[in-house]
Amino acid sequence: MNRYLRSYGAAVALLAFPAAFLAVFFLLPIAGSIAQSVGSTALDFSHYRRLIEVPLYRSVFLRTLEVALIVCVICLIMGYLCAYFIASLDSKWRTIAIGLISFPFMLSVLVRNYVWTLILQDTGLINRLLVDSGLILLPLELMYNRFAVVVAMVNMLLPYAILPILSSLLAIPLELKTASSSLGASEMRTFIRVTLPLTVPGAAVAALLTFIMGLGFYITPAMLGGTREMMVANLIAFNVKEVLNWSLAFALSTSLLASTLILYMIYRALLPQAVVLKAV
Amino acid sequence: MCAERSGTSERGRLEIRDVSKRFGDLEVVRSTSLSIGSGQFVTLLGPSGSGKTTLLKMIAGFEHPSTGAILIGDRDVTSLAPQKRNVGFVFQQYALFPHLTVAGNLAYPLQMRGMRKREIEGAVKEALEMVRLSDLATRRPSDLSGGQQQRVALARALIFRPPVLLMDESLAALDKRLREEMQLEVRNLQRALKITTIAVTHDQTEALVMSDMIVVINDGAVQQMGSPADLYYRPQNEFVAGFLGESNVLKGRVEVGAGRTELVLGSGLRVQMGASSSVSSGASVTCLVRPEAIELFPPTEDASRELRGRVLQRIFCGDTFRVTLQLSDGTFVLSRPIGGNSRWLPEPGEDARVSWHPSDLVLISPAPKGNHA
Repeated sequence: MNRYLRSYGAAVALLAFPAAFLAVFFLLPIAGSIAQSVGSTALDFSHYRRLIEVPLYRSVFLRTLEVALIVCVICLIMGYLCAYFIASLDSKWRTIAIGLISFPFMLSVLVRNYVWTLILQDTGLINRLLVDSGLILLPLELMYNRFAVVVAMVNMLLPYAILPILSSLLAIPLELKTASSSLGASEMRTFIRVTLPLTVPGAAVAALLTFIMGLGFYITPAMLGGTREMMVANLIAFNVKEVLNWSLAFALSTSLLASTLILYMIYRALLPQAVVLKAV
Repeated sequence: MCAERSGTSERGRLEIRDVSKRFGDLEVVRSTSLSIGSGQFVTLLGPSGSGKTTLLKMIAGFEHPSTGAILIGDRDVTSLAPQKRNVGFVFQQYALFPHLTVAGNLAYPLQMRGMRKREIEGAVKEALEMVRLSDLATRRPSDLSGGQQQRVALARALIFRPPVLLMDESLAALDKRLREEMQLEVRNLQRALKITTIAVTHDQTEALVMSDMIVVINDGAVQQMGSPADLYYRPQNEFVAGFLGESNVLKGRVEVGAGRTELVLGSGLRVQMGASSSVSSGASVTCLVRPEAIELFPPTEDASRELRGRVLQRIFCGDTFRVTLQLSDGTFVLSRPIGGNSRWLPEPGEDARVSWHPSDLVLISPAPKGNHA
């Protein structure tokens, strides 16, 4: 065996521990929850039937997809703009900018949601400014609705959009832009014909990450969405903690997992093969 | 017809007037003027950091001159953006668009010019035939070999029929054999299209093979310009002499005697100079002899009447030998005699009579009269 551990045996040995860890603490519980969702003794699909038949569950599922999609689209647009700006900076400022993007990761998600409460609530920063300045008489309803949920989710997920797009922007050789201009293209056309197509893989990763992570959001809808903006994760928690219907909770989580996987497959099938190989 | 032809010849004229470029305190290109006639192949030759690439980028519009003006045809392009200059540029790393096919890369500049789809298809087909890549139209650049990528880059820079083609070390990335093939191919294409071409290179062989005119640049300034033969046989300074080919540099004093002019080396060794040398007796001069002009013969009896050297090293190079000799005064001389079974060649350690025709001893400095760029 050489010192670079290139041999197959070494790879297996190195992977054995993380694989065992994931098997015990990740795959086993998932298998357990899937098993529990179809009844503990005989096969019983009644919980899944309820998910389809009860309008509340159906609407929570649809709302979750909708919110995740809206957040994903906004993140993609804002993330692209941010990444494009950061890519245009010189290396010193670029490092600072990337540091600033990563900074919120050092704060607890709970804290960041509380901060949004302080900003958006009736007596929060925005409403106080608007009311005190006399622009409006009554505070705007900024909390406990979709607006609050989307704003906070975009805030949480934006770095996951910026970073992959930024890395694909930085991977484009500068010469391609120069070449494009020497061939007669204006900056705008260079962007549309060269830069944009070459960043599709990065944007694809950004879209996938933000959408899938958005599907599983729990704290933000719970704190900022109120009862009206309940998402699947909140429904699962409700069944686990409040009504103690664990089988239904398992069915809900299995459905969420399955729909995420199905959407991922559709997504891959829609992307050009060249992009899939590079990105997803 | 005649008028049209003269119109085309004007189109490819390139004029660089007192152009200089500084980055902060550093003057990368010193005030440089060049006038290049339509259809000429001009090589900017110099070591890396000499400013040759900066000069090329200023012609393309990627850099803007600090002073001076650049004219293409009769159009002043000094302050124009690259996309408005209509100049073909072949990059060192080709800069092909990886997300487009070969045909897509070739169509790009035509699409930017708003040509109709039908016309573009025809032009692309023609360009592919020109560089013999018709079979590869639908391939991506990453599927092509280095030589094929090079040809696509060349076709892409030519397809919109620019008046001027610029090449930035574009053959440097190819291996030797392919590079030599491409040198001839580019040269033939350039002649057939009669397109003014300016190529940057640090490869002297490439410059000699391809160019109508070579501009030797060092330290941001033009050292000499002229035809390849002119530069090779009549270099005006030691830099040019040393940069183009190998050379033996001899320094000494001129002595004009009865009917013959001699160069007296520092050690007192005397060498005959060509009669045409227009230098006065007593002047100190620098001269050059190309290694291939130096012939080696068996030494004769009379050591005092001939230049004699001892062989230090003899290397076989196939077509020639490289023989390093040391003259009696310690001067090293390199000779490149042609190989062959019938020739006499000294072994290392042996003495040889070193000889060249007086006209092969070229005066470099002071610059001889009547020989200017």
